[in-house]
Amino acid sequence: MTMTAILARVLRRELQLAYRRRADLVNPLLFFLIVVTLFPIGVTPDLDKLAEMAAGVLWVAALLANLLSLDLLFRSDFEDGSLEQLLLASTPPTLLVLCKVIAHWLVTGLPLTLLSPVLSVMLALPAGAVPLLMLTLALGTLTLSLIGGVGAALTVGLRKGGLLLTVLIMPMFVPVIIFGTAAVQAAGDGLPWAGQLALLAAMALGALVLTPLATVAALRIAVGD
Amino acid sequence: MWQTLVRWFHKWTSPKWFYTLSKPLSFWLGWAATLLLVTALVWGLMFAPIERLQGNSYRIIFLHVPAAFLSQAIYAAIAVMGLIGLVWRIKLSFYAAKQCIPVGISMAVLALATGAIWGKPTWGTWWEWDARLTSMLVLLLLYLGLWALHNAMERPESGDRAAAILALVGVVNLPIIKFSVEWWNTLHQPATLKITEPPPMHPMMLTPLLLSILGFFLATAAWVLIRTRLEILERERKANWAREELNQMGKVE
Repeated sequence: MTMTAILARVLRRELQLAYRRRADLVNPLLFFLIVVTLFPIGVTPDLDKLAEMAAGVLWVAALLANLLSLDLLFRSDFEDGSLEQLLLASTPPTLLVLCKVIAHWLVTGLPLTLLSPVLSVMLALPAGAVPLLMLTLALGTLTLSLIGGVGAALTVGLRKGGLLLTVLIMPMFVPVIIFGTAAVQAAGDGLPWAGQLALLAAMALGALVLTPLATVAALRIAVGD
Repeated sequence: MWQTLVRWFHKWTSPKWFYTLSKPLSFWLGWAATLLLVTALVWGLMFAPIERLQGNSYRIIFLHVPAAFLSQAIYAAIAVMGLIGLVWRIKLSFYAAKQCIPVGISMAVLALATGAIWGKPTWGTWWEWDARLTSMLVLLLLYLGLWALHNAMERPESGDRAAAILALVGVVNLPIIKFSVEWWNTLHQPATLKITEPPPMHPMMLTPLLLSILGFFLATAAWVLIRTRLEILERERKANWAREELNQMGKVE
């Protein structure tokens, strides 16, 4: 089999597994919806004030939903031993891991992005900023999944890794959320936003290249134990 | 000549030799640091001139700047030692990297606390979501993450390697975090001391500051050496020499 065929199969397997555990798929989306609902209740129902913070609220909620789902990224593969096979395979494990992370993005980041316009209406985000919100969320959640993959790999061998994963990875998410919200806010105020978007894309590309290396190194520790 | 140098270096990477060789080193470093810090602080707090705009409140700089400086330097050191440990499989490098973490945490907390105390009279607020404050807070969170990861791992060897990977990822991320928060919000004055320019500061203020930085540096080195020795004793407690050492200390298992 050629390498592309193998990678396509890995991706298909991941998507198939995700489809068969639909409850796990829906949970991050529900979480996203609930966190966004809590903000107007907890802070203020005033639409003018909500419009100001809409970009930040949507971004924080998306980030938390993404974090919540990361714990499952390698767990079942680790428990049933397929992770070891993955690392032993002749295909470069960095590419296989990259496939897994992209599959994770397809079943969490992408649905979150698609759901965001509905929630942005509830938070009175200016309509003109919505396409950009979706674009930044799509790019940003990919970066989050990639960086989060390192944390998931570091904590996969631990019984209670979920909370630790959050502690390890949250500081690394700071640049993504800064540029994500800044771009959307700039668009809402009618200011240029191309620079922020370019930086967000640069971070996504950098993470795409570098994080699989760290993820594989971390997985080897977990499997070696 | 070269051979002796290599052998000398290799000796330092062996836990047993390090344990013996570092004892006098940490003793002298500790005393030099005490002397420097006492000189710098007495000079800085009592004899340095009053600042024109901030009055006496600026004197906290003699603690604040060295602590902030060290907290960043220690993180870089942890990443370098982690890399050395991962690449050349030197256990000692991991031990020292691990024991740098609590020292780094103390420095970051000291920098944040003195910064807050300084911020109250000069900016009128304990905390401001300013770039340098935020990135120092993020640095503290990165440190705490490293420590939490060490404590979560059942096998200390896995903790070493996992923390090294996390530190390397963090060190790549730190400049990006710094740049992004700077772009996001800035109130703090830019760094006064730069390697590339002569410092715009009166020598009567600058000298104690530099002495204090050097003192903090030496104190950190001594502190890390002492902590690393304890880490060696704990991790190598099955080795004969370590058992003898523990016996002599009256800590028999």
